[in-house]
Amino acid sequence: MGKRVLITGLATFWGGLVAKALEQDPGIDVLVGLDTREPTVELERTEYVRTDENYSILSRIVRAAKVDTIVHTFLVVDSTMMRARTMHEINVIGTMNLFAAASQPGSAVRSVVVKSSSYVYGAAKEDPVWFTEETPRSHPPRRRVERSLEAVEGYVRDFALDNPHVNVTLLRFSNVLGPDIVTPLSRALELPLVPKLFGYDPRFQFVHEDDVIRSILFVLERELPGIYNVAGDGLLPWTEVAHIAGKRTIPLPPIGATWAAQPLRLFGVELPDELLDLLRFGRGVDNRRLKAAGFRYHYTSAGAVQAFVEAVRLRHAVGSTQPTYRYERDVEQFFRHSPAVVREGDP
Amino acid sequence: MAETLNNLREPQADSPESASLVPVPASEAASQEEPPLEDPRLSDVDEWGRSEHMREIARRVYDPMYRYWFRAEWEGLENIPTDGGALLVANHAAAIPSDAPVIIHGIETELGRPVYGLADQLFRTMPVIGVYWARLGGVVAHPDNAYRLLREQKQLVLVFPEGSKGPAKHYSQRYRLRRFGRGGFVEIAMRAGVPVIPIAVVGAEESMPIVYKSPTLAKLLGLPYFPITANQLVFGPLLGTVMYFPAKFRLKVLEPVYFDVPPDQDRYSKSRIMDESEKIREKIQEALYDMLRERRSVWFG
Repeated sequence: MGKRVLITGLATFWGGLVAKALEQDPGIDVLVGLDTREPTVELERTEYVRTDENYSILSRIVRAAKVDTIVHTFLVVDSTMMRARTMHEINVIGTMNLFAAASQPGSAVRSVVVKSSSYVYGAAKEDPVWFTEETPRSHPPRRRVERSLEAVEGYVRDFALDNPHVNVTLLRFSNVLGPDIVTPLSRALELPLVPKLFGYDPRFQFVHEDDVIRSILFVLERELPGIYNVAGDGLLPWTEVAHIAGKRTIPLPPIGATWAAQPLRLFGVELPDELLDLLRFGRGVDNRRLKAAGFRYHYTSAGAVQAFVEAVRLRHAVGSTQPTYRYERDVEQFFRHSPAVVREGDP
Repeated sequence: MAETLNNLREPQADSPESASLVPVPASEAASQEEPPLEDPRLSDVDEWGRSEHMREIARRVYDPMYRYWFRAEWEGLENIPTDGGALLVANHAAAIPSDAPVIIHGIETELGRPVYGLADQLFRTMPVIGVYWARLGGVVAHPDNAYRLLREQKQLVLVFPEGSKGPAKHYSQRYRLRRFGRGGFVEIAMRAGVPVIPIAVVGAEESMPIVYKSPTLAKLLGLPYFPITANQLVFGPLLGTVMYFPAKFRLKVLEPVYFDVPPDQDRYSKSRIMDESEKIREKIQEALYDMLRERRSVWFG
C-alpha cells in the first residue's frame, strides 16, 4: 500500500510545487491538499480541500483519508504578505490544530515534515557567523515572524516528544531566491537601485527554490527525523548580491531604518524589521547536517542569486514565462472523477 | 570556501591534459567526488567577511607605518607554526589599540599566513568601521567562530583576553596586565586542540596613552570607555584622535603552550582552565617586565 499524503498550504508557492513533485511518485496513493484559497498550479491527481485558516475540519480529513504523511508547508515567513493576526492564525493556531489532528487516537500519521525558516535564529550583533541546528538564539525573538515561528517549532517539538512513533522532520530554510519565487528580497533586487543600510554590508546566504523542493522530497523519502538547516554553500556580502544582479545600491540611514524604508512601499517593496536586521547583521546557517545525510545541493548561495538574475533578464526580454492557471472546480472534478476519463492503471 | 572551489576548478581548465584530444582518465578521487558547484562570486570576501584583496591594499598602505613609524621588531617568530591552527594571545593597549594591526600586519607579511582577529561585537554595530573591520580580518569573538577558524579551517587567530579592560587602562597602569577574562581562550584552544602562543608587545602603551577617562560620556555613547589621550593634548582634538606617537614596537613571541587534553570535549575542568589562563598571563607579564628592563628609550627601543 502506498503513502497517503496531506499537504497544507496547497495554494502557496511551496505547497503547489511539492504537490506537483509528489504526484510523480508512484509510491504515493493519495494526495490531499488543504488551503484557504484555490491552487495556483495545475495538479493532476491532488485532491484540493478548502479550509479556514486554522484547519478546524482537519481532524475529520486526517481520519477520513487515513493520512499517514503530513507535509506542513503552510507557514508564513514573509510578514509583508498579511496582517499579524492572520499570520498568527495560520502559523500558530494552524500548526496547533494540525498536530492535534495528527495525534488524535486512531490517527494513522507516521511521518511529518515541517517547513520552517532560519528566521528562528534571529540576527543580532552577538551572533556567531554560522548557526548550527543546535545554536540557541542570542536574544528572545522580538519580530513577529520570529515569535510566530518559535511558537510553531515549540509545537513541533512537543508533538515529536509526545509521539515517538512518528517521524518528525523540521527543515529551516535560509532566504530563498530563484526563477519564480517572489519575496521582499527578490523585489528589492529588482529595483533600479537596491536598498542597503548605510555603513553595513552583512553576509547573506541563499537557497535556490529547486533545492528547497528537492530537500523536502529528500527528507520525505528517507524519513529523516530531526532538525535540518537548508541553505546554499557560502555567504556573500549584500553589495555583491546587488552587483551580481547588475545593480547599484542606495543607502538607507541605519538609524530609524524602519521609517526610512517606508517610501520603498511606493515601489512595491516592503522591508520588514526582520529583514532590516538581516541587512544590518546578516546570518549564516550551517548546512552540513543535511549534506551528511546524503543531500546534494544544486546551487551555492551565489549560484542561487545568479539563477534569479538570469530569470529576471529572461522575463524582461520575453515577458512572463509562467503559464497562468485558474482553478476551475468543475473541470478538476471531471478530470479526477468522471468515468469518461481514461486513467492509467484502469482496466 | 569560494576560494577553494575556484582553486579546484581553475587549474584543471588550464592544465595541458584537458586540452589534449585523447580522453585522460579522471583520477580516482575526482570520479567519486561530485563536480564542484558553479559559484559565480564577484568578490573574494570570505564567510568571515575578510577579503584578501582588501588586506593586500591595507598591507601596502600600512607598511610605512609599521616599518618607519613604529619600527616594529619581532623576536621568536619561529614559535608561530607555518601551518595548522594556533591561538595567538597578546597584551592589549592604547586608547585605539595599535597592537592588533601591528601583530596582524607583521605575521601576514613575515609568515604569509592570514590572521583573523577576534574582537568585541561592538565593531559589528558600527557603521562603515564595522565593514572595514570585517574585511580586514575582524571576527566577532564568539566561541563558535573561534572553534571553526581554529579547528576546522586551521587558521591563526589573534585574541586579546584582557578585552577592553586592556586599552581602557590609565597611562599610570601601563604594562600591568588586567584579568584574562574568564579564561575562555584557554577553553577554546583546548576544544580546538590547538596551542596557545603568547605574544608580549612593548610600545603600544606609549603610542596613545590615556590621561583621562569620562565614564559619563562613555555611558552616554554606549562605549566601553571614553578616553582623553595625550595625543589629543599634543596634536589637537581631531588629529590627536587618530595619530599615534611613534613609540618603538618590540614584539616577542613566547614558547607555544600545549594543553595535554583531548579536543572536542563538552566540558573542561574549570580550575585547569583558570590555572592555564593565569600561567599564560604571568608568562606575558614576566616577558614584558624583561623587555622593559632592557628598553632604554620609549622612542628608540
